[in-house]
Amino acid sequence: MAETSQRAADLLQARGLTRIFSDRASLFGKKRELAAVSEVDLDVARGRVTGVVGESGCGKSTLARLVLRLLEASSGSIHFDGIDLAGVPAPALRTLRRRMQMVFQDPYSSIDPRYSVRAALLEPLLVQGVQPGTAAQDARVASLMAMVGLNPTLAASYPHQLSGGQKQRVGIARALAMQPDFLVLDEPTASLDVSIQAQIIGLLEQLQQDLGLTYLFISHDLGLVRYFCNRIVVMYLGRVVEILPDARAAPRHPYTRSLMDSTFEPDPTRRRVVTLLHGEIPDAFDLPPGCAYAARCPQASARCRSDRPVLTPDGAHSLACHHPLS
Amino acid sequence: MALLDVRELSVGIGALQPLDRISFALDKGSILGLVGESGSGKSLTAMALMGLLPLIGGRVSGGSVRFDGTELVGLPEQHYRPLRGHRMALITQNPMTSLDPMLRVGAQIDQVGELHLSLSAAAAKARSIDLLTQLRIPDAATVHQQYPHQMSGGMKQRVVIAMALAGEPELIIADEPTTALDVTIQAQIIQILVDLVRQRGLALVLITHDMGVVAQACDQVVVLYAGRVAESNTVDAIFARPTHPYTQALIACIPRTGQAPGSLKGISGMVPSVGSYAAGCRYHPRCGQVQPICQGEVPALREHAGQRVACHFAQLEGAHG
Repeated sequence: MAETSQRAADLLQARGLTRIFSDRASLFGKKRELAAVSEVDLDVARGRVTGVVGESGCGKSTLARLVLRLLEASSGSIHFDGIDLAGVPAPALRTLRRRMQMVFQDPYSSIDPRYSVRAALLEPLLVQGVQPGTAAQDARVASLMAMVGLNPTLAASYPHQLSGGQKQRVGIARALAMQPDFLVLDEPTASLDVSIQAQIIGLLEQLQQDLGLTYLFISHDLGLVRYFCNRIVVMYLGRVVEILPDARAAPRHPYTRSLMDSTFEPDPTRRRVVTLLHGEIPDAFDLPPGCAYAARCPQASARCRSDRPVLTPDGAHSLACHHPLS
Repeated sequence: MALLDVRELSVGIGALQPLDRISFALDKGSILGLVGESGSGKSLTAMALMGLLPLIGGRVSGGSVRFDGTELVGLPEQHYRPLRGHRMALITQNPMTSLDPMLRVGAQIDQVGELHLSLSAAAAKARSIDLLTQLRIPDAATVHQQYPHQMSGGMKQRVVIAMALAGEPELIIADEPTTALDVTIQAQIIQILVDLVRQRGLALVLITHDMGVVAQACDQVVVLYAGRVAESNTVDAIFARPTHPYTQALIACIPRTGQAPGSLKGISGMVPSVGSYAAGCRYHPRCGQVQPICQGEVPALREHAGQRVACHFAQLEGAHG
């Protein structure tokens, strides 16, 4: 019963999501395995912004692709609006994908350079088998461009004629073309100037409010995530290490703490104390037996190096650490 | 006397003038932030200081750059070479392109010591390993033998910093040294640079578009917009009382802890390209406080008590009339 009502509140639920990649060290070398995402449980609340934060290589982009089934999971389950995605055959999945869309990190490579803005915006409709008449097409392109704040005169422009910010607006408009209710935003501002980043975040806030969208927001910038997200999932080397129930919650995992100390505020009276780290991120092909963060963690003990801490809920907060900060 | 004294520096490329009368000065042991969006002329300033404009078909079209008393504008290339990489060093934005992919990183650092400090191969190598260790690179002797593709972005940027330090420079110009990196690595690199300035008395010009980085690291700030100085001041004063609307807008782009949802403000529009600058104040098409005079008259860069600002409506601190 409780399970059912929780499922109604969450638009997306993933359980035990794991994705293994394998490769060979050399042509005839031994096959090696890497768990890019390992036993991740993820709840995305309807109409809210859930953030996933971590450094390059922590598995956050793999997670984004797994929840949309752009990549198949090695194990684990994903429910979208109560539907088990694993059991959905390809044609039905395509229809379901109208409701779940993705905005990619790099608008420079995610839009076909040979497509005009108009063609790029109409493509999702054609792929989905919607064939509107010319007048309806014009109206659709105009309304999408208005929605993302693009001047309608740009409809005939090609990507090379647009700025980075304009291109990312096209990327967002494309994702909105099928009127989805769930958007995965994979570092949508990472390649933009901060002035343009703030514009795009403002646009995403506006769209969420106007259209009642649900977001999964992927970023390496905890400052931005704390501003934009209602709930924050912190990942390190494929695993969730902490879940902050809201943006104001104080971090209790030393890794989350170091992410926070790395985001600089525009205020010289609040300079961060940055501790220079000696350790390096371990090789993902050869993870140590204990906590993956132990090599870089100032609090690490012998127990951390042998015994991996399990993600444990404490109220709405969850934490995987033997020596949490108070 | 300031170590670096830039006065009314203008840069021309063909018929265009992308940099228009930039002035600033920098002492040993301090950090000057050169800040603005892409296209504001920050990297061009770095190229001009390093005497690298001919590489991109540019030239200094006016003004002066004095480094430790020596005029660099018009300095013949054979006199520039012993300075560049030795007394003044450049750290570029992208460590992926500033290292030679075909050479071991150690050899690339060693070269600097051999060339500029006339060290023997063995001495240069020992010194490179020492530098890498100081930059908190674990197992520096192994890293010294690696190729760039074997390293992470943060590690490569530390190698580039080691190359810059290898010539024992007095001035480092760092052009967006952390833009391509994760925030945790960015924080580490910025801290390393700040420590170097404080411990060795280096002077650092830190070029960035991020007011968060400026607030964290800099002593002095020069805000550039479309090739001109919009405002300059000490870091404390510029954040406490940003006077130019562009400075205010740049600061408002960075979220603060506890900032209310919906209150983050971007800057509408974008930096114009060289050649399509607006008449009058170049910022006026994007400015929320624009008045008719801004469209017709170029605002003078007014100076008072260490603050400089180019805006018709700026009230200078403590100035009257």
